[in-house]
Amino acid sequence: MRFSIYRYDPESGAAPCMRDYELAFEPQGKKVLDALIAIKEQVDESLAFRRSCREGVCGSDGLNINGVNRLACTADLANLKEPIEIRPLPRLAVIRDLIVDMSQFFRHYRAVKPFLVNLDPEPESERLQSPRERAELDGLYECILCGCCTTACPSFWWNPERFLGPTALLQAYRFIADSRDQTTNERLDFLEDPYRLFRCHGIMNCVEVCPKGLNPMAAIGKIKSLLVKRVL
Amino acid sequence: MIAKRTFDAVIIGGGGAGLRAALQMAKADLKVAVLSKVFPTRSHTVSAQGGITAALGNVSEDDWRWHMYDTVKGSDYLGDQDAIEFMCRNAPSAVYELEHMGLPFSRLDNGKIYQRPFGGQSQNFGGEQAVRTCAAADRTGHALLHTLYQRNIAARTQFFEEFFALDLVRDAEGYVLGIVALEIETGLPCLFESRVTLLATGGAGRIFRHSTNAHINSGDGLGMALRAGLPLEDMEFWQFHPTGIPEIGSLITEGVRGEGGYLLNKDGERFMPRYAPKALDLASRDVVSRAIAQEMLAGRGCGPHGDFVYLKIDHIGADKIKTRLPGIRELAMQFAGVDPCVAPIPVTPTAHYMMGGIPTNLHGQVVVPERYGPEEAAPGLYAVGECACVSVHGANRLGGNSLLDLVVFGRAAGNHAIEYLRENPIPRLLPADSADVALSRLARWDRSQGGERVAPLRAEMQRILQAHCGVYRREDLLRTGIEKLGQVEARLTEAAIEDRSRVFNTARLEALELENLLLVAHATLVSALARTESRGAHSREDYPQRDDDRWLRHTLYLREDDQLDYKPVRLKPLTMATLQPKERTY
Ligand SMILES: Cc1cc2nc3c(=O)[nH]c(=O)nc-3n(C[C@H](O)[C@H](O)[C@H](O)COP(=O)(O)OP(=O)(O)OC[C@H]3O[C@@H](n4cnc5c(N)ncnc54)[C@H](O)[C@@H]3O)c2cc1C
Ligand code: SF4
Ligand code: SF4
Ligand code: FES
Repeated sequence: MRFSIYRYDPESGAAPCMRDYELAFEPQGKKVLDALIAIKEQVDESLAFRRSCREGVCGSDGLNINGVNRLACTADLANLKEPIEIRPLPRLAVIRDLIVDMSQFFRHYRAVKPFLVNLDPEPESERLQSPRERAELDGLYECILCGCCTTACPSFWWNPERFLGPTALLQAYRFIADSRDQTTNERLDFLEDPYRLFRCHGIMNCVEVCPKGLNPMAAIGKIKSLLVKRVL
Repeated sequence: MIAKRTFDAVIIGGGGAGLRAALQMAKADLKVAVLSKVFPTRSHTVSAQGGITAALGNVSEDDWRWHMYDTVKGSDYLGDQDAIEFMCRNAPSAVYELEHMGLPFSRLDNGKIYQRPFGGQSQNFGGEQAVRTCAAADRTGHALLHTLYQRNIAARTQFFEEFFALDLVRDAEGYVLGIVALEIETGLPCLFESRVTLLATGGAGRIFRHSTNAHINSGDGLGMALRAGLPLEDMEFWQFHPTGIPEIGSLITEGVRGEGGYLLNKDGERFMPRYAPKALDLASRDVVSRAIAQEMLAGRGCGPHGDFVYLKIDHIGADKIKTRLPGIRELAMQFAGVDPCVAPIPVTPTAHYMMGGIPTNLHGQVVVPERYGPEEAAPGLYAVGECACVSVHGANRLGGNSLLDLVVFGRAAGNHAIEYLRENPIPRLLPADSADVALSRLARWDRSQGGERVAPLRAEMQRILQAHCGVYRREDLLRTGIEKLGQVEARLTEAAIEDRSRVFNTARLEALELENLLLVAHATLVSALARTESRGAHSREDYPQRDDDRWLRHTLYLREDDQLDYKPVRLKPLTMATLQPKERTY
């Protein structure tokens, strides 16, 4: 199989480049992450990438594969056109090879106060929540913070510091939607801003790339309609 | 000179155990640093699927004493009954606390936390199946880890993400004074000085070829403990989960059998009734794994090589599968090419969980046989989670009890460390050679040249452990395993890395991890060879019986000369009557 992989080592003084690799590899049943590991083990041990769970739940290995942001560990080799082009997630500073600096991404995540706020005295047992109320969180809480959506979003590319991006906005809505949270108003106040939320123009890239099948755009839409309702 | 940072407490590990302990200390306004070699939500806890066990009684009548009984029996009586009582008693409050923190548990119609049956759970001390495992669909670990991370954001815990801990700093009197770590992005070592150091580095399942564990589970905390002269407890006890996807290793949760799934051999026979007439497919994990291994040995395994069996679940209906087991469906489709709504999932016993670890008491303090007796705390050092051995899991862990272990003992260790810090307000002097061990490990790899690569050695170790220390063990196999591993160890001292960059040098990290894996693998083989009985997950073909007279005791392995020491099982609970060892049937 043939691969073309983005390489960059800041200590080498050389500019980033795409390097080609050939690997005798049976693609059936194998994922892109398997190939990256095989290249590292058999061809070039200096190739650097992040990985942990190898089953699509930890969010470590979001990469740009043949032009699409996805997880290396769930991307089937058999379905990809060769040479398979593997690059870091777009528009973030590259630390080395396929490893990007995610600090801006996590600053946005922290900015939406991604934790439940409920100031009532804690009951002795669980707070009750009906299955219907709980179902409101489906499609929101499962986010693995891989960054595939945010780094595919043109609005984030243009305003990376000020637009929160689909990941953080999805999590903002996850707490707005939680029947146990008491700070919907404060959360909406924070989001009512020409940049933080309203830079989203419904371009849908986020929905297309999410490896967990989540829909940040729909969540953003719901925040917007809550803001409209609040005015009325 | 290397950079130095000072905290009240340093926690190594951002999984469930580390984050729960961090939260407790951060809420007490202490200066806490959490180091993790990956961003915290990438920790292995995120993979836990089925749930967390607590006798809430939301579905079936329940009682923490029944939970305790099941856990002691599940441990094949090797678990310490004081620690087990402590865990089971505190389980409901620990789970309610998680709910209050925001964990999105699935719900019952009455709004309470959803619970599902898991293996080894009974009502009334061995009676009917209990329904005890609290779940957020089949993503409980993800929900738990993200919730704890989020609470730590609220508590303003200081995180050092992508910092790799190398070694403990310990002075001549045995006080642990911090650690030396490597900042992965810059490649620079740095010293973290602290009066409390807590290890929460998780498991080491990557010593085996077929494992449910993440790539990062390399037993670093265990390696650090051994290099600091501390023992490891019960390292012969590794749980093989009955249902991993063949070759890939990804786990198919016990929750699938809890929701009504069952196992089939190649004749389409539901075989568990022959092995566990009462509990059937929900017998304890060691029992089910051995049953599958027996079926395969008898030529009733499926596929061309007869090396797996089938797990059938389609009969509960697609709707239920999609709401209760959505993550499993995704995994099965992605990694086994099977939609469980229409076809059975191929599964095989797969290395999963380390019951042994760094010995601790129920406050999470690391305890060592030292000057004054069999159990003395190593001052300043704590361990929690899969890297620790309290021991609540004994010879075999029950499903759902690990997540519980993380939060119950994470909280307890946090509380105890707060007291310890109050009583020890003044930092002790750092010895001049504090960083030497760690720095010489780094220097060894930086100087290395032209030797063998690390990856083939890791693969060789994994093959050895798989072949010589699997579900069934035998003296000759274990002995040759130790010999072969010795060759790998010798080759590692000559191995080299070529990557010379300091920035995010993952080749160097993998070399450092392999050093730890090899120590864990070695401790496992030596401890397994010595235990001439079968108990829980440790099944010796040559010693098929449990032998309480000789072996109702914990193994302690020390690195120096491969010494083995033993300590008694704590059979006396805190308030309850002792559960006397009995024959274990399901
Ligand atoms: C697939 C799977 C499913 C499971 N399902 C369940 C379940 O349903 N219920 C249940 O009770 N249990 C389950 N378990 C077991 C349970 O998930 C684990 O035992 C538990 O999550 C371990 O948590 P931990 O906090 O001890 O370690 P981990 O979550 O593994 O965290 C270890 C942490 O230590 C850090 N670390 C390690 N080494 C270093 C180093 N050198 N320097 C810096 N940081 C380091 C890592 O970065 C990480 O943050 C499951 C296990 C697996 C494999
Ligand atoms: S829908 Fe909004 S958030 Fe999603 S990619 Fe488009 S602009 Fe970005
Ligand atoms: S919404 Fe999807 S793509 Fe975006 S960070 Fe979460 S899991 Fe990744
Ligand atoms: S390695 Fe965890 S998501 Fe790919």
